[in-house]
Amino acid sequence: MDAILFLLFAAIAVVCAINLVLQSHPISSALSLVGVMGSLAVLYLLLGGEFIAMAQLIVYAGAIMVLFIFVIMLLNAGTELKTKRHLWGMYAGVPLLLALVGVVGYIVHDVLPASGAVVFGSFQHGNPEDIGKNLFVNYLLPFEVTSVLILVAIVGAIVLARKEVD
Amino acid sequence: MNFLVLSLIKAALVAFVLMTTLAYLQWIERKVIAHIQLRVGPRRVGPHGLLQPLADVIKLLTKEDMLPSHVNKVFYFIAPFIAVFFALIAISVIPFGGDISIGPIKTAMQLTDLNIGVLFILGLSGMGVYGVALAGWASNNKYALLGGLRSSAQMISYELPMAMAIAAPLLMLNTLSFRQLVDAQGGFYFGIIPRWTIFQGPFPQVVSFLLFVIAAFAETNRVPFDLPEAENELVAGFHTEYSSMKFAAFFMAEYANMVTVSCVATLLFLGGWQPLFPAEYGSKFIPTLIFFFGGAICLYHGANPVRAFDRITLPVAGVVFLGIGAAFLIPIVATILLPLFWFSAKVGVILFLYIWIRGTLPRFRYDQLMNFAWTFMFPVAIANLFITGLLVALT
Amino acid sequence: MPPLPIPEAAPLSWYLILSAILFVLGVAGFLFRRNIITVFMSIELMLNAVNLSFVSFSYKLKQNDGHIFSFFVMVVAAAEAAVGLAIILTVFKNRQTLEIDEVSSLKN
Repeated sequence: MDAILFLLFAAIAVVCAINLVLQSHPISSALSLVGVMGSLAVLYLLLGGEFIAMAQLIVYAGAIMVLFIFVIMLLNAGTELKTKRHLWGMYAGVPLLLALVGVVGYIVHDVLPASGAVVFGSFQHGNPEDIGKNLFVNYLLPFEVTSVLILVAIVGAIVLARKEVD
Repeated sequence: MNFLVLSLIKAALVAFVLMTTLAYLQWIERKVIAHIQLRVGPRRVGPHGLLQPLADVIKLLTKEDMLPSHVNKVFYFIAPFIAVFFALIAISVIPFGGDISIGPIKTAMQLTDLNIGVLFILGLSGMGVYGVALAGWASNNKYALLGGLRSSAQMISYELPMAMAIAAPLLMLNTLSFRQLVDAQGGFYFGIIPRWTIFQGPFPQVVSFLLFVIAAFAETNRVPFDLPEAENELVAGFHTEYSSMKFAAFFMAEYANMVTVSCVATLLFLGGWQPLFPAEYGSKFIPTLIFFFGGAICLYHGANPVRAFDRITLPVAGVVFLGIGAAFLIPIVATILLPLFWFSAKVGVILFLYIWIRGTLPRFRYDQLMNFAWTFMFPVAIANLFITGLLVALT
Repeated sequence: MPPLPIPEAAPLSWYLILSAILFVLGVAGFLFRRNIITVFMSIELMLNAVNLSFVSFSYKLKQNDGHIFSFFVMVVAAAEAAVGLAIILTVFKNRQTLEIDEVSSLKN
């Protein structure tokens, strides 16, 4: 049952990612990316990371991608054209990328033996209480630094995107 | 009975009750708004217009389903599905009562108790923005696009004060699962005041409750925040180009969102299915008293009714109410029905508040709405969270 | 029909191979697309693949530090998306185009 769920959602993630790369209109790519994030959230649930799964839905799929979709709608982005140089790049690049996947897959299979199956429910520390304890005790400094980072990002985004008032 | 079959039965029951509630919520809204405006509301279709939702469903199903030629067909089709899907799935984590046992089956009155239930609801309300934004964009129409973008921007802006208003009682109750939240609100202060979150020390969460209710109005695009979909403002906003079933889907999604948000407010702030005062003082007989009182009024007015057809409908209604009131007295049925009654009563109060405000307040202009979110509600929510955290840490 | 040789539960190496596939697809989108917003979305896809890797290794090591790393990656991605989209809006205001090949006035 766990393997069937993994295969189903991994297939959805890969199909959506391929759709992201192949679609010509940015809105279709954005919605495919939302599909990838949704299926990744289910995979995080299988791996026992329930807080991360919900954070993925709330932060990534619910806020960042909505921002992307807003920008695409506001800028009225149209479909994209392909040129000759572009196609030559693909003929050279796609085999190299497939080789990269092959090498990584071989190394992973070599280092991690086929045992160690991921059983849903065997990782118990992904709940918000344990993550909160670890975050606020061991990782307090990075947490505070990221809050400053978000503040800087907010100020930067507002300054860059505002209308100039003459 | 194994888990899968039991879950399917519970899911079918919840879906049926939810769909009926959504249909009759619209009837209640039309009647209440009509009486606020000193008129009567629907009364031709069935007694007192009770079959009006059925007539509306038939009308929406049999209307011509147009597909305008200039829309983006894929997104035009999936936008209402997305809106309805995320609105309806949120009901699956809402508990309607405690644990019950019917014969040999012991189960909880909830489809699934996630230990991150509150985060789940927050995530789904964030995903509900997609239905609106895509509907506005796919319609290839200036007014729809503007309405869709405004509505999504409003929903996102009010998610922040809503999340902070949710976080404040969570600081006091220390759990994210809905069932544990309600269990932590059991018990009574001084034997009489219930330990609901709005009464609970060290800081009664009244401000959080008000913030949550106001943010919920904006999240569900209801008056006074319904500029993006008002009929006389933007030609009906993001659902301008939709007809028949797809329009019905958006309508259903809006009402389902209302029900979900009222349920969450009840569970977080009003104590879920916990009664108002302890069982020693007779809280078990409150539903019986209310239904008997209603039945008595119906029978009294049925004796000499104002309208002729009420000679039949009012006594029937009176007998039905007396029957329901008597059902609360049977002990086996009462253990199931009592928590359900308290939960439904509290959700009903908040839904009535929604409908009452729709009939009473004018709507905000869009820039007033966004100003209100960012310059008033957001600082108040931060201050409330800060004070709550401080008081919880000090005690 | 003979039973397919699917194991009862997926081994951890499958999760890491999926992460590699998604990462490579992100690189492909980054290198081969010309619309600047699609390039940005491919970067987000790469970050998601890395998040999956972090959570998988956290499962293997039986600690939740990987979840916390993943959380920080999400936060940084959010900040980066906000500032990056603001920059894209500014570029669009000045150049009226969204193709990365046209924003080349510093070349040669």
